Amino acid sequence: MDFFNQDLTSLHADLVAKKISAAELTQATFDNMAKTDAKVDAFLNLNADAALKNAQAIDAKGINVDNLLAGIPVGVKDNIVTKGLTTTAASKMLENFVPVYNATVVDKMLANDMVIVGKTNMDEFAMGGSTENSAFKVTKNPWDVSRVPGGSSGGSAVAVASGQVPVAYGSDTGGSIRQPASFNGIVGMKPTYGRVSRWGLIAFGSSLDQIGPMTRTVKDNAAALNLIAGNDVHDGTSSKREVPDFTAGLTGDIKGMKIALPKEYMGDGIDPKVREVIKNAVKQFEDLGATVEEVSLPHSRYGVSAYYIIASSEASSNLQRFDGIRYGFRAQDVKNLEDVYVRSRSEGFGDEVKRRIMLGTFSLSAGYYDAYFHKAGQVRTMIIDDFNKVFNDYDLIIGPTAPTPAFKIGDEISDPVTMYMNDVLTIPVNLAGLPGMSIPAGLADGMPVGLQLIGKSFDESTLYKAGYAFEQATDFHQATPDLGGTN
Amino acid sequence: MNFVTTIGLEVHVELKTNSKIFSPSPVQFGAEPNANTNVIDWGYPGVLPTANKGVVEAGIKAATALHAEIEQETYFDRKNYFYPDNPKAYQITQHEKPIAHDGWLEIEVDGQKKKIGIEEMHIEEDAGKNTHASTHSYVDLNRQGTPLIEIVSKPDISSPAEAYAYCEALRQRIQFTGVSDVKMEEGSMRVDVNISIRPAGSDTYGVKTEMKNLNSFNYVKKSLEYEEQRQQRVLMSGGQVQQETRRFDETTGKTILMRVKEGSDDYRYFPEPDIPVVEISDDWINDVKATIPEMPGSRRNRYVNDFGLTPYDAGVLTQTKEMSDFFDATVAQGADPKLTSNYLQGDVNAFLNENKVDLQDTKLTPENLAGMIKMISDETISSKIAKKVFKAIMAGSDPVKWVNDKGLVQLSDPAQLQPIIDNVLENNQQSIDDFKNGKDRAVGFLVGQIMKQTHGKANPKVVNKLLMASLQAR
Repeated sequence: MDFFNQDLTSLHADLVAKKISAAELTQATFDNMAKTDAKVDAFLNLNADAALKNAQAIDAKGINVDNLLAGIPVGVKDNIVTKGLTTTAASKMLENFVPVYNATVVDKMLANDMVIVGKTNMDEFAMGGSTENSAFKVTKNPWDVSRVPGGSSGGSAVAVASGQVPVAYGSDTGGSIRQPASFNGIVGMKPTYGRVSRWGLIAFGSSLDQIGPMTRTVKDNAAALNLIAGNDVHDGTSSKREVPDFTAGLTGDIKGMKIALPKEYMGDGIDPKVREVIKNAVKQFEDLGATVEEVSLPHSRYGVSAYYIIASSEASSNLQRFDGIRYGFRAQDVKNLEDVYVRSRSEGFGDEVKRRIMLGTFSLSAGYYDAYFHKAGQVRTMIIDDFNKVFNDYDLIIGPTAPTPAFKIGDEISDPVTMYMNDVLTIPVNLAGLPGMSIPAGLADGMPVGLQLIGKSFDESTLYKAGYAFEQATDFHQATPDLGGTN
Repeated sequence: MNFVTTIGLEVHVELKTNSKIFSPSPVQFGAEPNANTNVIDWGYPGVLPTANKGVVEAGIKAATALHAEIEQETYFDRKNYFYPDNPKAYQITQHEKPIAHDGWLEIEVDGQKKKIGIEEMHIEEDAGKNTHASTHSYVDLNRQGTPLIEIVSKPDISSPAEAYAYCEALRQRIQFTGVSDVKMEEGSMRVDVNISIRPAGSDTYGVKTEMKNLNSFNYVKKSLEYEEQRQQRVLMSGGQVQQETRRFDETTGKTILMRVKEGSDDYRYFPEPDIPVVEISDDWINDVKATIPEMPGSRRNRYVNDFGLTPYDAGVLTQTKEMSDFFDATVAQGADPKLTSNYLQGDVNAFLNENKVDLQDTKLTPENLAGMIKMISDETISSKIAKKVFKAIMAGSDPVKWVNDKGLVQLSDPAQLQPIIDNVLENNQQSIDDFKNGKDRAVGFLVGQIMKQTHGKANPKVVNKLLMASLQAR
């Protein structure tokens, strides 16, 4: 079984027609994973016994014909808590942590008969852009296993891109869904802040984090977002807005759509080969009857600086609960309370996490707050204003998702600033709380390049509509990596 | 040298809500350790706080009682510090935009009234509790997330007696809103004080010392008195007061140095991203204000002006909302206000003290107290019988039924009393003679005889009147 040639619609048809049962589909998934994941290391922890049992129960009650996701195997990023299933956030701090409750999105997956097959690898506490910061393993890009899959949702991206599952969920604080989607040639959506409940998502940057779906096609993605979107009483920041059916309006017709291309997204620092792919995409949109015009997002260049202050500040506070007292890792042979704190945290956290805790702690400190945290908040407001101005006149913004295709494992890990610049094009979207999606737009030297679509607040529908039209007019989403015949 | 004293108070009041401020766990005093907790209270990975609307409403009520201005938009901040009773390692509080500011309270010391300003009032969560044993420490998170309001005074308090009066006034007004029990002994009201002195005429404040968690108003006063004098001694002997936290030793009445403050703690406050800004509309404020009961000052005026009580009695009756409500309800049943006041302050209060209970924990009802008082007023029962009836109503009996059942209705009918009086006089010629000879004591003896014959039920006034008439006639 592979998921390269079957989207959710065709899988669903097979399940409804009983050409395959959910249990068979689940078993096939694990059989395939046994071969494939040995090469790419997308998963941290498999859920084989429970998944098969769930699939059998779903078969017993029958596949809901109205639910595209019923009986479908799904991978879940390991910073989303799953009751009874080890959840580590790829940190030694939570190496053996078994949650006692489910994230709201997990409850929704289970209530809608999805089959959770395992937890996917990530950068520790979602901090990183290459999945190299996992405390447990390095996930490889299936297009070239010497390259990174991007991050932090690298495991979820690779689980989909390597044909192990048709859907995986990730989280995106500064690009952690879109950048790995771009690096792996798949579709990744970061919904509007507040569209999806964060209850059960181990917090990194609370004002930026969103959970979103990663799939092979735009329509699959829309269906997967339908399933998790909506208000949640457990999350005061989740929106009470009505959730439209994101699969509606996927007609392929985008005539008259007004699209903006920010000049800052096509300038220096963007790999010329990436720019070439995006220029072709622009032409494609024009061929489809949309207008594409150059605009400016003048403050987006300050986004990375503001983001690393805001996200790190929030993280420095969010990660204080990992103190060795109630759960998770505790250092041995401690002398006193301070020793419990200092040694548990020193030994439990990896270098990148410590770097951000220090950066955030500093930015919030008395005497530095105004110059850093407060100033970053002001920059954030200016970035929001930039977007608002463009959206007065345009339906959609497009540009590259990442400045380069996937880089080599080990190349950037020792150079945090270069690594941080990977997020330059995705970060402003999180700062403004907008929806952003990466879709496959072509290859550069054999590696996928993603096109980023940025929409108005709570207007994921327009992204899906445009993304679908682009996808139907091209065949980039059909390109698949060659993992040496194991697929 | 003369010194001017400046005192500041930070009072924490625990709000009486059903559930915690940011989690659905129940709020309850005295439960098994960690029984009232859930994943939110544990600071578990992935959990989020959601603001309890009832807490905001309680805040609006308290702010109104303190004459404070309520913010249209208020938000929460995180106060970061590590401690095992603080599971998230941050406390959700209000730092930048507290729910209310610029209020005041009126106090009275030695007949002098004074307004004490309130700087701000904010909402926050309480921490859990650590207990230390020899080899282990235990953490109980039941109290974690209990809603609190903190009320910070302006530097207007200038003596320990004023501080005491401020505590009293604050406790009373908050108690009347019903948002808290404000019981020091259960920790639902906790007081931190700071005090500084400066030479009269100086316009800069002196260095202040702090004392935290004082558990009675008396200790507030005594610790401040001690500290005021200690600081004077330090300055008079040429020394300097250090900024420090001191502990009040209840047995010696002295304050003891706990720790010297070096700089200020850095709590790295920043806006709580998990809870949206709370918008408080005028409509909401008005709706909540409409539910606030009448405040004690207004009740005192009413008692004096409408019922003719003394200001002292009115003050005693408005010590607690329960007592004042009980008084109002009893009077509303038709009982005489002065008699009601006397009973509540006398026999009822004695009963409460003796049995160490609160009024609401007894079986006494306003209906029954009013029933008894009305029978006293219309002379259905004598004050002597009333003592028995009081015991009965404290045990929950209906006074009218009880008096009828026991046949204790007072004998006031002359037609019934006259034959008894005649009979007593006929058998006591000596007393009649004594009376005629000017010995007034004889009357007492005769009344006693009549009471004996009627088993104490005769109306003394009627007996007196009939007896005197009969004696004159002989």
